[in-house]
Parts: sequence; structure tokens; C-alpha cells
Amino acid sequence: MMTESKKIKLFNGKKGDFIRLTHLDIDGVMRRRLLDLGFVPGAVVEVLRKSPLGDPIAFRVSQTSIALRKEESLRIEGELINP
Amino acid sequence: MTKSFRIALAGNPNTGKSTLFNLLTGLKQHTGNWAGKTVDLKAGTFTFKTNQYEMIDLPGTYSLFSNSKDEEIARDYIVFEKPDVTLVVLDATALERNMNLALQVMEITDRLIICINLIDEAEKMGIKINEKVLMKRLGVPVIKISARNKSGIPMLLDTIDRVVTGAIQCTPYQMTYDEETEKKIALLLPTVEKISGNKFPARWLSLRLLDGDTNLLQQIQQKITIMEG
Amino acid sequence: MGAQSAYKQNEVQELFYQAEQLSSSNVRDQIVEQLYKKSNELIKEGVSFTKTKHDQRTEKLDAIFTSPIWGFPIMLIMLGVIFYLTIAGANIPSSMLASFFGWIEGYLTLMFTTLHAPDWLHGVLVLGLYRGTSWVISVMLPPMAIFFPTFALLENYGYLPRVAFNMDRLFKTVGAHGKQSLTMAMGFGCNAAAVMSSRIIESPRERMLAILTNNFVPCNGRWGTLIVLASLFMAAGFTGGMKSLVTTSVIVGIVMFGIIITFLVSWVLSKTALKGVPTHYTLELPPYRKPKFVDTVIRSSLTKSLSVLKRAIKVAAPAGILTWVLANIQVGDTSILLHIVNFLDPLGQMIGLDGYILMAFLIGLPANEIVLPILLMGYLSTGALIDVEGIEDLKQIFLNNGWTWLTALNMMLFSLLHYPCGTTLVNIYKETKSIKWTFWSFMIPTGIAFLVTFLITQIVRFMGWV
Repeated sequence: MMTESKKIKLFNGKKGDFIRLTHLDIDGVMRRRLLDLGFVPGAVVEVLRKSPLGDPIAFRVSQTSIALRKEESLRIEGELINP
Repeated sequence: MTKSFRIALAGNPNTGKSTLFNLLTGLKQHTGNWAGKTVDLKAGTFTFKTNQYEMIDLPGTYSLFSNSKDEEIARDYIVFEKPDVTLVVLDATALERNMNLALQVMEITDRLIICINLIDEAEKMGIKINEKVLMKRLGVPVIKISARNKSGIPMLLDTIDRVVTGAIQCTPYQMTYDEETEKKIALLLPTVEKISGNKFPARWLSLRLLDGDTNLLQQIQQKITIMEG
Repeated sequence: MGAQSAYKQNEVQELFYQAEQLSSSNVRDQIVEQLYKKSNELIKEGVSFTKTKHDQRTEKLDAIFTSPIWGFPIMLIMLGVIFYLTIAGANIPSSMLASFFGWIEGYLTLMFTTLHAPDWLHGVLVLGLYRGTSWVISVMLPPMAIFFPTFALLENYGYLPRVAFNMDRLFKTVGAHGKQSLTMAMGFGCNAAAVMSSRIIESPRERMLAILTNNFVPCNGRWGTLIVLASLFMAAGFTGGMKSLVTTSVIVGIVMFGIIITFLVSWVLSKTALKGVPTHYTLELPPYRKPKFVDTVIRSSLTKSLSVLKRAIKVAAPAGILTWVLANIQVGDTSILLHIVNFLDPLGQMIGLDGYILMAFLIGLPANEIVLPILLMGYLSTGALIDVEGIEDLKQIFLNNGWTWLTALNMMLFSLLHYPCGTTLVNIYKETKSIKWTFWSFMIPTGIAFLVTFLITQIVRFMGWV
């Protein structure tokens, strides 16, 4: 089966999903911080786990795990590229 | 004859930076306050061969773009205090993100050593690092260590010694950016060089200016005005 | 010279203008993207991955520590275990130290009498300075020597970021920063240090919240008080391991209460004086790494425990002397100390305490460690001198002064909630550079401490439970 690419917000990713980032709808210091951490367009991010209360969510990005609150992960978009 | 040198320790958070710091300085630690800043930085001393070293543990940061107070502190220390050598500690298990910081430090100073820590963890995870290739590409010493297991430390100390005494000359790789950015840098560079003199990294300053960071050059200008009396 | 600078200034302005023209909003994106591209390229050349395995251990542990079911219970258990280890472990060394210092005191007194030293000198030096200091050491040192290393092990292991991960949602709800749980964790060791550590929170508003509420986490200096009172009054009917367990549960309860107050105060402040929405933040969850056991233990005891102890002694010594002097200088027909006590007593009674206790908290402003020793010196200065051999003898002193379980509970709550110690206040001023907020960091806890103890006292008395 062909891997179908479809647009998805990081927040809506399920545990184990791989997402290739396309767009960050965030400005200012937070954008720069995210870039520093490896949330750059083109990077592949894996959804690791949700916090017990559902938010934040931890992602694997450039070999480290980083947790983001809903406010941010809703504004980062990518393509689902699950194998 | 004992000479004394200053080593700045830079790196991402959670890279085992403090483990290395503790290992090298033992219990000879104090909080140093540095001129004009109200921040306390951990500092410690050790001797190697005949030299005395003071090691300054900079705050762990992801970059040196001054997004936060910590990043500003780390950056300002390297730029203004001009340590004799900056040790960039990288996490072997997350080299991609860590390398990013090393590349930034290389834009600021040419006296640096890259120290890849947690090499034991990386090996367990099946990560093999060819430091010779990295050294060649980066133009600076790259040392693999495990601060936890105390491995690679003699090699590191020896390299520090050879960098501060000038036995090793570093020629750090300079990032080249896209054509447009490079063109802009070239436009700013002559004036920046005139203002900052040869004491500060003009190319990097131009880049910071492009990024909207005017505060930095102002600080430098003040410094120079003070130096000139 | 002046003309030259002016010229330069001009040039700089022009440069800035030029840079601004050239700059575009995506410069940073470009820079970072290319830095990452280069990093990637370097990694491809210099690094090879033989296994495609990630850190399995960290993932398995995270599945437990941040599990929807087990995440919170484990946090509570961890807290309980640390307190239990501290309480149970500190018990014996504490009483050993106390009797050791008592034994030395005997010889000191003997020496003073052989030398025919005047009574006041013996009073100031032995009953004031020596007793004050040795009490602080015997009550403080053992819990600290256990708590700091245990906590450092947990910290180095990488568990604390998971706590922040689990708790974040709660902090967000009350308008605070998720990393506040990290500064709170620091607070268990020392509030003054925790206030400094609040720098990890970048947004000024949320940082202020963390600073203003940090005091509701009982620091090490208050543990002595909490542990002693809990084991004397709350766990009175139990012995051995069971006693430590009950004491632990009481302490965990007190800590939970402090956390609830933290959330409440954060919430109220973020709806009123510190209005605003929670700012963005990222939290790294580093891999779990086995800490170097011996190294961590030695380092944390040597640096943390010793420095905190040193500070406590520095304050305890003069405070001991001061208390003795106040208790022994007569103005009119009673001592200065009693004048103060009598003055404070009506207020103290209202909140279920007494004048002595309030006086001890006042003199204890510089450091919480000395509150209990000062209180005992105050009580002992009026009644017949009892030889305090162990912690258990203390209870008799309290009972002689009309204590009930309500007094103990209120003193514990007052200790938990009242104003931060002097060092913490100084640090709050240093960090906030605001007299106004330093003042509020004093007033908010103090107000809450009075309110809570007042309400409890009135209810308990009204119901006739005491």
C-alpha cells in the first residue's frame, strides 16, 4: 500500500505517529525556541506520549524528547508519514 | 612557571556538563560573580601539568541566540570575557541538536574544543562516532569522553593544554548561509568591522544584526569606548 | 574624542538602520534551518547507527512514571518514601547527637563552675549560645544529611522533569508555569535557593507566581519543627516503624495542604494582580541515567547540607544569646522576654498558639531552623530547668506549657504557611528588584497563616474537640 501523506496538527497525532513538519504558526521567542530544539520544517517528529492529564504531549525531535503544551502543538503542522 | 587559564564550559542542558565540571574541579568550587552582571556562575579550579585552570560552568542552553537570560549569559561570557578555551560539551546520543550549538560557538570564537560526552550510552544504543571525520570537517579538536566513567579525560586535558599553549591551532569551520543572507552579511561587514575592531567576531556580529539583535553591537561599542578611555 | 564618539554613534545608527532594512522576518528561520542542515550533514558523515533502537529503558520507565493510572500515585509514593527515609533515619542519630551535646554541656558547666565564672557568662555562653547551636545541629543535621542526598539521587536520575510533565496541566489551569513544579521541588531543600532557581521560568509573570508561592513548600529548616511536632503529638500512640509511618503520613498531609494553597494562591493571583495567560514553554524529558551513587551522596552532603547547616548555625548562635539575654534582663518585675510574650499572648491564643510561640517565630525570622530551639529556651527560662535528654522529654515541656494536639497542629500549619525566612526575603528582593512584591511575599503567606490557624482554632473550640 502506498503511504498516503496527509496534513495533521502535532496535537492530533497519536502515540507512535511520525510527522514531517511543514509549517509553524507561531511567532516570537517561542518560534525561535522551537527552531532551536529542532522543530524545523522538514524535520520528522514522533509522537511519544501524553501526560496523565492529556496535556502536554511529548515528542521525539532530533533524538530528544520535548513536551509541548496544547497551545503550541495545535499550531504546528506536518504530514503524517507513518510507514 | 605556573600560568593560569580560563575555560568556559558550554553545552545543551542534560549533556552531563556538570558531571564533567565536578569531575575536573573536584570540590574546589565556588560561585563566581563576574563584572557588571548580577549572575552567579559556578566556577572551579584544577591544575594540569604546570598550569592552573579556572573552569566556568555556563548555563546549559540550546542555542546562543539570546532567547532567554541564560542564553544571553552564556553568549556574553564567550564574547566579552574571552575565555582561553571554550569547551563545548555535546550529548553523543543527541548529536544533531547538540552540533547546532557547537556550530554557533564556532562562529564566535576560534579557541574551542568539542567534547562529545555520554559516549558509553551512545555505544549501547549502537551509535558509532568517527571523531576523526568530525575533527577534519570542523577544524577543531573533537574528543570523545564519558564523564561518568571517567574515560577520555587524560586526552581531553592534554588537548586543553595544547590549545591554550598554542600547540594546536584551531581553524573552526565557518557556516555559510544561503546566497541572500551571505550577500546581506557582506553589505554590513565593513561597517561592523570598523566599529567592533579586530577584537570581536565581525561576521557573526553582522549576522546577529540581520537577525535584529542590535543590543549586542551597542554593548560592544560601549566596551570599546571604555577601552579607548 | 567627543567628536569622534559622536561620529561613531552616528555610524552605528546608520548601520542599525541598514540592518533593519536588510532584515526580514524569516532570517532566523533561515539561519536555524541551515544550521540544522549542516549538523545533519556532519552527522551523516561522522556518525553511523548500527541499531535503529531508541532508548528502550527510558521508554519503558516513562510508560510507568507518566502513566495515566500510575503517574500520580507514584509521585505521592516517592514523596512519602523520601520523607519516611528522612524521618525514620534521622530519629536515632538525632537523639544520639542530642545526648552527646548534653553530655558535653555537663562538662562545660563543670568547667565554668571550677573557674568560678560569673553566672551570667555561663548563661550567655552555655545556656544561650551553646544550647541554641547544639539543638539546631541535632534537630537539623540528620534529616538534612538524609534528605539532600536522596533528593539529589532522584534529581540526577531524571525523575523531576517527569513530575513537571505530569503536573503541567494543573499549573496551566491556575495560570502558572509548568516548571513551577521544579522550583517547588527545590523548595523542599531551601526556599532561598528555590527563589534563585525560578530563573528557569522565563516569563516574568509566571516567575513572580513561582517566587510568591514557593514558601508554601516546607523547606528543610522547617522540617525539624514539623517532624518533631508530628511525632510527639500526632503519632503519640505508636511505636517503632509504625510511629515513623504515621509521622510520615502527617507530614505528607501537611505538604499536600501546602501544595493546595500554592495552587489556590497562584490561581487567585493570576486572576487579579498578576493577570495574564500562561506563556508558551517547552520541557525536555532527558533519558533516565543512573546517577553516580557515592559521588552524588558525598557531593550533596558536603555542599548542600554543610552550607545550609553553616547558615543555620550562624543565625542560631546570636539568636541563642539574644534569647538568653532577653530572658534574663529584668524590666520592672519580669524579664524583657516575658514582656514580649505577654504582649503577644492574646494574639497567639486567638490562633491556638501562645505568646512564646509567636516570639519564637519572630526571633526565628532570619532562619526557620531556630524557631523550635528558641521556643524551648523561652519555655525553659521561666519554669524549672529540665534536663532535656531526648526528643521525648520535649513533650513534657510542651505539656507543662498547656499544649494540646491543637497547639501542635497550628504550630505546624503556621510554620508551613508563615512568612519566608530572612534569606529568602533578601533573595526575593534581589530577583524581583521590587519592594512592593517583596512586601507581598511577606504579607500573603502571613495573612494565610493567621487566617487558617484562626479558623481551625475557632472551629475546634466551638465543637469542643479540645
